[in-house]
Amino acid sequence: MEYRKDYFAETQTQDLTEVGVTRQRSDALGHVTGKTQYYADRQFAGLLHLKMVRSPHHHARIKSIDVAKALKVPGVVRILTAKDVPQNIYTILCLIQVEPNDEPVLAFDKVRFKGEQIVAVLAESEAAARDAAAKVKIVYEVLPAVFDVEEALKPGAPLVNEYHGRNYFTYEGHHCRRVRHGDVERAFAKADHVVEEMYQSSPIEHAPTETTGCIVVPDQNDRYTCYSNTQALYFTLDNTALILNSPFHKLRLVGGTVGGGFGGKVDVITEPIAFLAAMLTKRPVKYEYSREEEMQVSSPRAAERIYIKDGLMKDGRITARKVTLYVDAGAYSRHSPYGTTKAAAHMPGPYTIPNVWVDCHCVYTNRTPSSAMRGFGVTIGDFALEVQMDKLARLIGMDPMEFRILNAYRDGDMKAHQKQVEGAALVECVQAAADLARWPIDDRSKTASSLKREV
Amino acid sequence: MTKVAVEFTLNTREQNEFVETGSTLLSALRDRLGLYGTKAGCHQGTCGACTVIIDGEPHLSCLTLAERCRGKDVTTLEGLAPAGALHPLQQAFMDGFAAQCGFCTPGMILAAKCLLDRNPDPTRDEVVDAISGNICRCTGYEPIIAAILTAAQGLRKPARKRA
Ligand code: FES
Ligand code: FES
Repeated sequence: MEYRKDYFAETQTQDLTEVGVTRQRSDALGHVTGKTQYYADRQFAGLLHLKMVRSPHHHARIKSIDVAKALKVPGVVRILTAKDVPQNIYTILCLIQVEPNDEPVLAFDKVRFKGEQIVAVLAESEAAARDAAAKVKIVYEVLPAVFDVEEALKPGAPLVNEYHGRNYFTYEGHHCRRVRHGDVERAFAKADHVVEEMYQSSPIEHAPTETTGCIVVPDQNDRYTCYSNTQALYFTLDNTALILNSPFHKLRLVGGTVGGGFGGKVDVITEPIAFLAAMLTKRPVKYEYSREEEMQVSSPRAAERIYIKDGLMKDGRITARKVTLYVDAGAYSRHSPYGTTKAAAHMPGPYTIPNVWVDCHCVYTNRTPSSAMRGFGVTIGDFALEVQMDKLARLIGMDPMEFRILNAYRDGDMKAHQKQVEGAALVECVQAAADLARWPIDDRSKTASSLKREV
Repeated sequence: MTKVAVEFTLNTREQNEFVETGSTLLSALRDRLGLYGTKAGCHQGTCGACTVIIDGEPHLSCLTLAERCRGKDVTTLEGLAPAGALHPLQQAFMDGFAAQCGFCTPGMILAAKCLLDRNPDPTRDEVVDAISGNICRCTGYEPIIAAILTAAQGLRKPARKRA
């Protein structure tokens, strides 16, 4: 790999000596010898296995839960329902002031997505736990469900999540995350072309090779250690302490070795209930997703639908960009209110556009709650923006690389978010890409610089 | 639950175990013998993380009954090289950054070992075919394929490589 130190050499203050130098991973020897210890690579005497009874419906009222038959299965030790959870309603991002708490650890009055966890069965063996889970009898009243973000926002749509009272997350009193800059409507009226397109994506499952899970072990003195493959040890510790009304010093998390995460192991789902189970039984408890659970109930990347309307001049300048973006949060917030804010912060892309209007909606539906995944809130938006950029360039017969260089941020430009651009480097990136691809670009594009806008 | 006695060779040593009928080799290795180098990614024969070598062939230990291993020769990642030493495949996986999270790595290395034992000079396509039952979600496979080809080359001319 080549590290070009000639870019922005005058402003470069660090000597990045490690960039471009090959260094062995510190965990490589453990990986190739099978010595790396993942959370499940441990044995504990008296280990109990936890299996969940999950909702077979996308949206339903729970009329009754009967665990009598399940309790009779040989090997069953205890069965947990919502009543056993001290603070059953939580939301992961309450730690960064996201409100309200909107998700039960164990569902009790309603289920809001297919696969939602309702009853936890603890047994001496996995087989006994599975058998007993199948014998828990839950009576449901099935409710109409909504699976589409725009349908969910229509009047009369089924209400998914009562904690919000409406099918969207509220941002400081607003129904969506907004960006306003200039006057898009006036700019559309003056533009040579107005182009409107719609883009959408499906949910994407991380599918790590190691499924989500943890083991909680009672220590001496009423303290508990959790071996977990979470990507978010401290989020997990804090949320668990809140859910269990427990002092922090009683809970210990051991982790950091993750068999594939990609953002899929950032939610706090398996640990609180496994901690609770270990506290109530005083025995080690393992809660591990099966592959089917990993695919069906772990949070995927959110599906998004994005409308982009652009005002374009014949000379290649984009004069207006209006974006309406919907993030499908599924039934609960998890990381989606934050992801939607990221989506708004990322628009209108790395381009200086004088008139920008952005509405990003975080919408609740009866689909599996979505959450973090590599660049969530940004990746799908980038796909939409860059496909749109190619379409615009093609429409006016301009080279797509030159078109991007023309519109790219320059230092000192005003962003739609009312911040001045600093440290822009897109022009140089596109120039380098054109060079590597042996893609011819005109002289004006070749000599352009992020440091100043050429007149 | 009935238990049966199973005698087999595990990483060149004679092993005698009482296993529950119907239980898997994967569970015998991990839960009874504490050999955690063999990973479980699905318990249903789809991911390849649990691959071990039985009589020279790659097998999914999650779908292999422990009782059916009677008299067989089983090798897990722990048995690939003497303690403190690395098999050329292990070295090549390290050098080539072919292990990221490492969870697929044991299965990948053992599947590759079976290939190289039977075909010391495989084509790229033959390597791809040999690991087609092993899922990796981190690397995008290219570094793994490259590492296996590098190891094959090293195994063919060990003397020159060391020089
Ligand atoms: S655990 Fe055996 S193939 Fe996945
Ligand atoms: S290195 Fe993570 S699955 Fe292959």
